[in-house]
Amino acid sequence: MNMKPIGKWVGYPLQAVCYAAFMAVVGYFATSPPYVHLPAGEALVKLSFQHAGQRKEACRERSAEELAKLAPNMRAQSVCPRERVPVEVEVEMDGKPLFKVIAPPTGLSRDGAATVYRRVVVPAGPHRFVAKMKDAATGDFGYVMSRGVELGSGRVLVIDFDAREGGWVFRG
Amino acid sequence: MVNPSADPTRPKVPVADGARPGPVRRALRALLYSTEGAFDRAFGQAGNPWRHLGGLAFLLFWIVAVTGIYIYIGFDTRVDGAYASVERLSSNAFPVGSFARSLHRYASDAFVLVTVLHLAREWILGRYAHFRRLSWLTGVLALWLVFASGIGGFWLVWDRIAQYSLIATTEWLDVLPVFGGALIRNFIEPGAVNDRFFSLLIFLHIGIPLALLATMWVHLQRLSRPGTNPPGTLAWGTLAALALLSVAWPVASEAPADLTAVPGTLALDWFYLGVHAFADTASPLALWAASGGFTLLLVALPWASRAARAPRPVAAVVDLANCNGCARCFADCPYAAVTMQPRSDGKHLPREAVVDPDLCAGCGICAGACPSSTPFRSVTTLASGIDMPQAPIDGLRIELEAALARFAPLPNGAPAIIVFGCQGEDGSADLARFVDQRTAAIALMCAAQLPPSFVEYALRAGADGVLVTGCRDGDCTYRLGNRWTGERLAALREPHLRAVVPRDRLRIAWTGRDDNRALPDALATFRADLAAGARARRAASALPPKRSLVPPRPESFL
Repeated sequence: MNMKPIGKWVGYPLQAVCYAAFMAVVGYFATSPPYVHLPAGEALVKLSFQHAGQRKEACRERSAEELAKLAPNMRAQSVCPRERVPVEVEVEMDGKPLFKVIAPPTGLSRDGAATVYRRVVVPAGPHRFVAKMKDAATGDFGYVMSRGVELGSGRVLVIDFDAREGGWVFRG
Repeated sequence: MVNPSADPTRPKVPVADGARPGPVRRALRALLYSTEGAFDRAFGQAGNPWRHLGGLAFLLFWIVAVTGIYIYIGFDTRVDGAYASVERLSSNAFPVGSFARSLHRYASDAFVLVTVLHLAREWILGRYAHFRRLSWLTGVLALWLVFASGIGGFWLVWDRIAQYSLIATTEWLDVLPVFGGALIRNFIEPGAVNDRFFSLLIFLHIGIPLALLATMWVHLQRLSRPGTNPPGTLAWGTLAALALLSVAWPVASEAPADLTAVPGTLALDWFYLGVHAFADTASPLALWAASGGFTLLLVALPWASRAARAPRPVAAVVDLANCNGCARCFADCPYAAVTMQPRSDGKHLPREAVVDPDLCAGCGICAGACPSSTPFRSVTTLASGIDMPQAPIDGLRIELEAALARFAPLPNGAPAIIVFGCQGEDGSADLARFVDQRTAAIALMCAAQLPPSFVEYALRAGADGVLVTGCRDGDCTYRLGNRWTGERLAALREPHLRAVVPRDRLRIAWTGRDDNRALPDALATFRADLAAGARARRAASALPPKRSLVPPRPESFL
């Protein structure tokens, strides 16, 4: 009682075409078109570190009047604010600015380490990098390092900071 | 409410509970129907893959799962051994390893394709509001899990693509304040990715697909008889196509991952990893904006769209005086909105039907299933055990009798035909264009709202033929209308059309609402067949119906 069915000599070839188109779409886009993530002759420079800036304020002693105002169980002699200063970083490549970051401290109390991750594509070849960091409330950049690096095509240079290793670390 | 019409020949159409689509949606629907119509020629209506996208998604999930389990047997879970083990698979040092790996990849790619098409189709058809809300929202969640599952799979190969994808994903996640740029530190230097971390990746690639499976299960919870299995020929055809693709174009790995180098050109799988290319071009933050914004848009649709602002479908109402608890409405409800519960009116019957208005689609299929919905009952007002307030069965009988009374005899005695047809959720069907002196059209909310006894009633009361029409086979707006109607009229399902009714005076034509030619053609063919068989045919019964409102016509059943 339904509509006239499709003749199989029409339907089967049409189905084959549909399945072939399905295979073509799946097969093609599974690997194509090729994606150029990094062109030839280019390299990648990554600035990545985690570093805690110094405390924003130095510890101080409470006066007798301040202590008297506090409940007996809260009368700690010293007050050490937790908040840290932002970490300022500048990186130059061949005398030109590459990165300039002011990374705030993490955490609700702003007392955690600052985390920085930046990346930029640069031409491959020899380059001179100068990395500077300021992690104190006053003064100039406390950590400065200059390094000449030969960047091969498709290579990655990671500029890290590790206080245990004395400061800037160039990996690549 | 049934719309009164000044023109008594126009079918009284129950107000559609769904909103009429806007111009963009109408254009997209026209394109969709045109595409589906083309596929109908190849696959037939019932086997059309466009109407089984959800079932195909399930099939592809199981193919991916089975091949994934097989691949895992030969997979080395150490970060230093993973790449080599996948290479062994691809070189068939592991039995049919290359085929299994390729089938796993291509089935998962097809899974994304089918899932996105399924979502697009449901959106185009406006199937996301009211009683479909849960299905829609779980589908949105499933979409995220599909991508998470698939992208995680690429990482386990630990080739250049894995490196690229993993770094791109962590850069994207690091935008979130909770990570704050710490995740990427895991991939700064080669020694950072160790066996322990790699085990975490494997755990994710098993756990997230399991979460996806659970979500898919919830996705079906508001549906009775969900179509999780596509038709056999479609399933085998899809599997064969993917298998052929896997043999002809086996998947190969890129070079091993090297965190000291950046992948240059990659053979990217655009189904899953195209999002990384977008983040490269724009930024990870832009990808969050795009993906998050798109997700919010999808999630908001059930509340903020035109379809959502339309009135909720009027739910079916149970009349306990006419309900004997036979459970046919329960069995036929496509959305599990009817449950059978212990009797509450004191009658000596075990059960009664109870309708959940939040789940009810307002389709009327339950009214068509109720044995009380027979027009042969000698009551002034026909009350059914379960009925639709906006289009009651009594109104259907009145409309049918009025239509029969309007048939004017013509000198050539052209057969008189009653057309019962569904109007679609948005009321887009226009059966009035078929009304003439020998054709009457009665609109239903769903073809399965028609009790089979109405067919016999119409034939006894003066119609030469009855044509039942509706959505294309397998494409019922309310999921099961075609199937239930077909089975009832073929006496394969209760309530059934009695055997005494001559089948050559009944025609079913699942033409859909979009094809302007199919229904007129079917009507003309039916009329010609009726005319050709009129002299050779004997009346199934010359008895008029019990109700005397319509006098018997001498020329009927000749």
